[in-house]
Amino acid sequence: MTAEAISQSRTGGDFWDGVRLSMPVVVASAPFAILFGAIAVDSGFSVLEAFLMSAMIYGGASQMVGIELFGQHVAPWLIVLSIFAVNFRHVLYSAGIGRRIAHWPLLQQALGYFILTDPQFAVAEARAVSGKPVGFVWYLGLGLPVYVFWVIESGLGAVFGKLIPDTHALGVDFLLPIYFLGLVLGFRKRPLWLPVVAASAAASIIAYKTVGSPWHVSIGAVAGVLLAVILPPHHSGIGERP
Amino acid sequence: MSTTFWIILAGAIATYLTRVGGHLVISRFENIHPRVEAGLNAVPAAVLTTLVAPAVLGAGPAEWAALIVTALVSLRGGLMPMFLAGAAVLILARQFVG
Repeated sequence: MTAEAISQSRTGGDFWDGVRLSMPVVVASAPFAILFGAIAVDSGFSVLEAFLMSAMIYGGASQMVGIELFGQHVAPWLIVLSIFAVNFRHVLYSAGIGRRIAHWPLLQQALGYFILTDPQFAVAEARAVSGKPVGFVWYLGLGLPVYVFWVIESGLGAVFGKLIPDTHALGVDFLLPIYFLGLVLGFRKRPLWLPVVAASAAASIIAYKTVGSPWHVSIGAVAGVLLAVILPPHHSGIGERP
Repeated sequence: MSTTFWIILAGAIATYLTRVGGHLVISRFENIHPRVEAGLNAVPAAVLTTLVAPAVLGAGPAEWAALIVTALVSLRGGLMPMFLAGAAVLILARQFVG
């Protein structure tokens, strides 16, 4: 075997290594993609718009937030701001993974950042920590199936959502709060979780009753974040690391 | 072009900025101030809480039952079991309470 042939077969192996690791993510995200499509249509999106949102934003929680606010007829710029806020955590992933992929050609890096989701970061960072190289082909093998299935299933959910006769009986209108509660509880191991959630909940309810929707989102979020900033750093468990 | 399309496009650009921005901006600093990092850490839970809390107030018994079951399942399971359990309770309860 020539060196080139070996390198090629290795490249193919890297791709399928990534695909194998992507499968649990594909399976776990499928119901949410379908749910997103169905709720998007229920909130007034067309099938094409639901499909486009998944293809262009590619961030489950933020898409759900966008749909929820769209359904409440919130001002467009506030919807975009809320999408930005929910996705803001990617800044940390980006800074982290940037150290691993800085040697890729620029276009590959640009594409790599586009598909940088929570699981993409988690799996790629775990590989880097274990001492293996994070190559573009492997990274694409990990991310591409998740992306393709996410977009197709969103479209299917949107088509299917139009066929649901009684959305109230199936609880479609209240599935998002349940989903968001699940996400909030998923963060419960983070430092300051309880005080942040309590502050955001209280502030958003007060704002909802006084100022009104949609300002309860921004006001509640700012209250929680400010509390985390104001509390002394030793409470947040940050800065104690060696 | 519809308003919806512009929302999607702007949302996509905003999202891409968060995905590329950390590398372009944050990695230039040697150290992030602990308070800033604590604030960044708090963002997702803070934003998502504001989407749950007012909905809880305006809901009825069927929705409360679903949320309580969701919270209980979260102590053991991951996001998927939690969500499915909550959705199942909601659909079931609405058959009786409406």
